[in-house]
Amino acid sequence: MLLRWLGRLLHAAFALIVALPLLMIVFTSMKTTPEFYAHPLSLPSAWNFGRFRELFTQHPLGQYFVNSVFVTASSVLLELLLAGMIAYGIIRSGRKLGAGIFALFALGLMVPSQVNMIPIYVFVRKLGLSDSLPGLVLVTVSMLLPLGVFMLTGFMRTLPKELLEAGAIDGAGEWRLLIRVVFPLCAPYLASTAAFLSVIVWNDLLFPMLLLGGKDKMTLPLALLQFRGEYLTDYPTLMAGVVISVLPVVVLFLFLQRYFISGALAGALKG
Amino acid sequence: MKPGKKLLLFFLPGIALYLALFVYPTLTGIYYSFTDWDGLSPSYRYVGLDNYAGLTEHIVFRKAVGNNLKFMLAVVIAQTAVSLVLALQLARGGKGAAALRALYFVPTILSSVSVGFIWTFLYDPSLGAINGLLNAAGLSHWTQNWLGNVRFAIFAVAAAQAWAHIGQMVILFVAGLQAIPSELVEAAKLDGGNRWQVFARVTWPLLAPAAALVVSYTTIQSFKAFDLVFTMTNGGPAYSTEILSTFIYSAAFANYTFGLASAASVFFLALVSLITFLQFRVLRADRVSY
Repeated sequence: MLLRWLGRLLHAAFALIVALPLLMIVFTSMKTTPEFYAHPLSLPSAWNFGRFRELFTQHPLGQYFVNSVFVTASSVLLELLLAGMIAYGIIRSGRKLGAGIFALFALGLMVPSQVNMIPIYVFVRKLGLSDSLPGLVLVTVSMLLPLGVFMLTGFMRTLPKELLEAGAIDGAGEWRLLIRVVFPLCAPYLASTAAFLSVIVWNDLLFPMLLLGGKDKMTLPLALLQFRGEYLTDYPTLMAGVVISVLPVVVLFLFLQRYFISGALAGALKG
Repeated sequence: MKPGKKLLLFFLPGIALYLALFVYPTLTGIYYSFTDWDGLSPSYRYVGLDNYAGLTEHIVFRKAVGNNLKFMLAVVIAQTAVSLVLALQLARGGKGAAALRALYFVPTILSSVSVGFIWTFLYDPSLGAINGLLNAAGLSHWTQNWLGNVRFAIFAVAAAQAWAHIGQMVILFVAGLQAIPSELVEAAKLDGGNRWQVFARVTWPLLAPAAALVVSYTTIQSFKAFDLVFTMTNGGPAYSTEILSTFIYSAAFANYTFGLASAASVFFLALVSLITFLQFRVLRADRVSY
């Protein structure tokens, strides 16, 4: 009995530790700057969207938002396609070849992407792809390939083998089998993988920082970092920036929770 | 065409990209570590192991290795312990379990830059909530400039890291707990086991694989925490929060010692591989089946 109450108390405490800072972001973003400095921790006196308006009028924030959407959507789609093709090849090809290809990508799982910051920066500049969003997309897809291949191979291995063999006997080509049978059957798995990868790409700071420099080419995390140099301890404006950058992910999470959670589970299993 | 050959076409685009923008850069990175390149000049010299020798005497690098281990221990212990205790309760289901699990997960989907901003604000010496609460509770003598203090800063960042990732670990533990056949736990209870005995003899051994997963995943995450540290302190004050990845970044892009930074990257890779390998050996050795 005592244990159960202690557990509840702990949950209540931790729920507050998580929820209060999240509420604080929203409340702080609604304050005017003088109001904030006078009462930094009180509730806002009114719903005041001035910080948001200021950010949008003084910075190409709409452009940054579009950049982030472009980089995330195209990286994740390309990743699903390329990693999906490799995973399909792995489960369809002979034991030796399949295991060999899988091992090639499993090795990549051991390499934290931070290890590659210097050579990626140098090589992308040499290729003339710096300061280009498509360049960032290619780097992102390639950095995430080991993870994508690992997750999708794991998922595709659970498909019934007879189903693929029946399809092959029907004379459907491998490509048709992948597009018409395997991808639709894997739809929930693809959604989980997409959710997991989207969070990583949307939130990444390191590679956008290394590869993008131009004023109108920034993604949201990079733009936020620049705002801090400008607004210093003007937390209402910074928190408004945080709200703008996290809102899309949080809204998606509310509607597609299941996929985020199963994606997080499958993504962690790579350890 | 034989089916096997056709499948090669499925591998081709992915492998080409992977070789060009992952494998090749990793190898050139190792190559740079044997040169004195500054990242700007068109030419550079082969210097053998000079960069590695330089690292062993580099005060900031040595500090970064120590800090990284400190950060890792703090994050792994906090994250594993808190998420395990929370999960034990949540796995039983009941009112609100799903809602709490979802709430705890929200910080894991925020960007490290956002988490960094939130916690920089919380830690702000005059405007932040932490000192505000301490003052309100009459504990003014405990207030600190949390991120400005060379003794506390690394743990302050570690707390933010744990806050952001506990939710994901809760999910992993809950899944592990729910995979334990309830008959086993019931049988142990029927045999007269008390709560602690049931946990120590039945639940914990069966949970070991999940715990191993959480520990190794958390460890790797603690090494990858570049974005958060860069946002909150960028290694300061006085290098007290410098970790390997921030060291590599500033050695390359602030000091233009690309050779030295590359050697640090190779060391970083070797260290992470070694830790992963050791954990794999230690934690998977006593894997149980049921």
